[in-house]
Amino acid sequence: MFDFITEEHRMIQEAAREFAQKSIAPIAAEHDETGKFPLETVRQMGELGFMGIEVPEEYGGVGMDTLAYVLALEEICKVDASHGTIMSVNNSLFCHGLLKFGTEEQKQKYLVPVASGKAIGAYSLTEPMSGSDAGTMKSRAVLNEAGTHYIINGRKSWVTSAPYADYIVLFTMTQPEKKHHGVTAFIIETDKPGFSRGKTEPKLGIRASATSEIIFDNYECPVENRLGEEGQGFKIAMTVLDAGRIGIAAQALGIAEAALEASIKYAQEREAFGKKIGQFQMIQQKLADMKCRVEASRLLIYQAALAKMESAKTGRRYSLEASMAKLFASETANYCAKEAIQIHGGMGYSKEMPLERYYRDAKITEIYEGTSEIQRMVIARQLTGLR
Amino acid sequence: MKVVVCTKQTPSTTAVFTVDANGHVSWDDPGGKPNIVNPWDEYAIEEAIRLKENHGATDAIALTVGSEESKDALKTCLAMGCTEAILVSDSAFDGSDTVGTARVLAAAINKIGDVQIAVFGNRAIDGDTGLTPVQVARKLGWTPLTYVSAIKEISNGQITVERLLDDGKETVTAPLPVVISVVKEINEPRYPSFMGIRKANRATIPVWTAADLEVDGATGAEAAKVNWGHVYAPPPREGSVEIIEGETIEEKVRKLVDKLFEEKVI
Ligand SMILES: Cc1cc2nc3c(=O)[nH]c(=O)nc-3n(C[C@H](O)[C@H](O)[C@H](O)COP(=O)(O)OP(=O)(O)OC[C@H]3O[C@@H](n4cnc5c(N)ncnc54)[C@H](O)[C@@H]3O)c2cc1C
Ligand SMILES: Cc1cc2nc3c(=O)[nH]c(=O)nc-3n(C[C@H](O)[C@H](O)[C@H](O)COP(=O)(O)OP(=O)(O)OC[C@H]3O[C@@H](n4cnc5c(N)ncnc54)[C@H](O)[C@@H]3O)c2cc1C
Repeated sequence: MFDFITEEHRMIQEAAREFAQKSIAPIAAEHDETGKFPLETVRQMGELGFMGIEVPEEYGGVGMDTLAYVLALEEICKVDASHGTIMSVNNSLFCHGLLKFGTEEQKQKYLVPVASGKAIGAYSLTEPMSGSDAGTMKSRAVLNEAGTHYIINGRKSWVTSAPYADYIVLFTMTQPEKKHHGVTAFIIETDKPGFSRGKTEPKLGIRASATSEIIFDNYECPVENRLGEEGQGFKIAMTVLDAGRIGIAAQALGIAEAALEASIKYAQEREAFGKKIGQFQMIQQKLADMKCRVEASRLLIYQAALAKMESAKTGRRYSLEASMAKLFASETANYCAKEAIQIHGGMGYSKEMPLERYYRDAKITEIYEGTSEIQRMVIARQLTGLR
Repeated sequence: MKVVVCTKQTPSTTAVFTVDANGHVSWDDPGGKPNIVNPWDEYAIEEAIRLKENHGATDAIALTVGSEESKDALKTCLAMGCTEAILVSDSAFDGSDTVGTARVLAAAINKIGDVQIAVFGNRAIDGDTGLTPVQVARKLGWTPLTYVSAIKEISNGQITVERLLDDGKETVTAPLPVVISVVKEINEPRYPSFMGIRKANRATIPVWTAADLEVDGATGAEAAKVNWGHVYAPPPREGSVEIIEGETIEEKVRKLVDKLFEEKVI
């Protein structure tokens, strides 16, 4: 039916499914329980090409397109959303930004190792006092007198993969009075003096993905590590998020599908009042609604992926398509995970089954890379042209 | 030194089969693809690639006798790291028994030329005879080494392998060329990488027909010594469960033992 999905896409999807089922499924529950970062599987994924799917081969990636990326990510998240988070940060939030805005030297030095899975990347926009409203950040970068280095100070919060990241794309203020137009992006090396990490955040879901604060104390960032021009940072951040949101949508779809598949099986097997529970209309309604939302999410994701691929040729932004996919798929994941627990009754609430993990993991997709409220705002602004 | 790995496409391990009244078998896999690389062969493919990586083989060539659809299996071999893949396909080979298949494989290996090791999986999960490797060896006149669990050394035109047998391990040395069939203890097969998948999709897989080969002996259904007279789905097994009750473990065990005597199980 979808003839834009090629034989090669299918092979990527199958390879991702096989890896997820054989190598991630057996460890997912344990890592969720302990919150331990799955370094070994993440390394393996890197070697197999999961970390730079859309990055051209000359920069250490696989050189495939957004469809390949979402198909692979969906399969990983169907088994474990935490691995999906790590994968999506490397691919969309780190590699995509470097590929689009980096200089040749920056690409060789930072993109190649992350895309080929030898290093881990992260993306840092949020601050303790600045989340949805990125124009109010308090961290600062000041060019030194010699004009060779920016001196960076401040705290950033909620940086996914930061506890293990080798390189971080950082957004900070160079001209605070200009608000959004005063934001500049930098590439940070985490083994340099002046950089430190706060404690890893304990959290509700995606517990195997590590998130922490990062702290800059007179960190000296060489001028050649500025990503893009001064004041271009906010545009870079938003462009990268457009790509990232398609990934989060695929993550949400994976969670939703896992919840749906488990529910179908359970509804076919579990009996109550002398019937399979799947024979009760109230259960049927849940299954039918879950399925429709899952498939609608998939179509919105394909639409967004195709829009992004098209954009590489035309330059047209695809914020609208990306936001719609992310909004709808993330709400679908939450709906499906919630109803899946309901369908499973007490078993759904038990740690013996992965349903409660899906439920906890689903929630983040409505928060990071722009909350659902922010997605609705983006969509409506695109429709009306009003701000 | 060239290495060939013979592999076959089989139904997936979770495929659901239907057999119609005429004995025609079809299958599908609702959870994924209906056909896969014979799971045993993953170890053979891995070993062939390792022979290239660690033992200086110049080529690791995947070879299959089958239909056009078998190209999928060959693509998986390329994605894992085989350097080349060849499909041998001709209606003249349809319905061959294992001897017929072995004749074709041997002819193809001869055509490739300069092959020192032909690696096979222990058996195929569908046909499940385990005959093909030894029959190919016989046809080529090479030494067959079956149940290989480790390749110890290759030097001075000789290969030393460890064989995993029911009653222990055996280390044997044979002059090259050899046919080996491997057991799953030999290695941990790698996943196809995304880069490999790209390469596989860009590669062209040549198709050799009967006209390209000098097959020694007859092939095809006519020549098959083993005929599939009657193909049918076995009736589902009947069975029932009885849970033995009792106050104590001892009592339960006594009742169980009595039952087993009664049923003449012991
Ligand atoms: C596990 C996790 C991982 C994360 N990873 C990263 C990362 O790698 N990098 C990074 O930079 N950030 C990351 N974040 C941060 C995340 O993107 C922010 O939490 C998110 O953007 C929301 O910002 P906030 O938490 O400051 O909430 P706030 O912006 O304070 O929002 C609070 C509430 O107000 C609502 N709201 C805000 N503005 C509006 C508005 N205009 N209209 C209507 N409602 C509004 C929000 O929707 C929300 O419901 C992560 C967060 C989490 C929890
Ligand atoms: C349409 C059809 C009709 C058939 N009709 C008959 C018949 O009439 N009589 C009969 O006896 N058998 C018949 N067969 C079965 C066929 O002979 C066997 O499938 C084949 O010879 C291999 O035997 P096996 O499956 O037992 O493999 P095994 O000997 O168990 O396999 C051992 C190793 O040999 C490799 N190998 C096996 N076959 C091939 C191949 N074709 N190419 C490359 N490597 C291979 C396997 O991958 C494995 O590594 C038929 C098969 C088909 C598909």
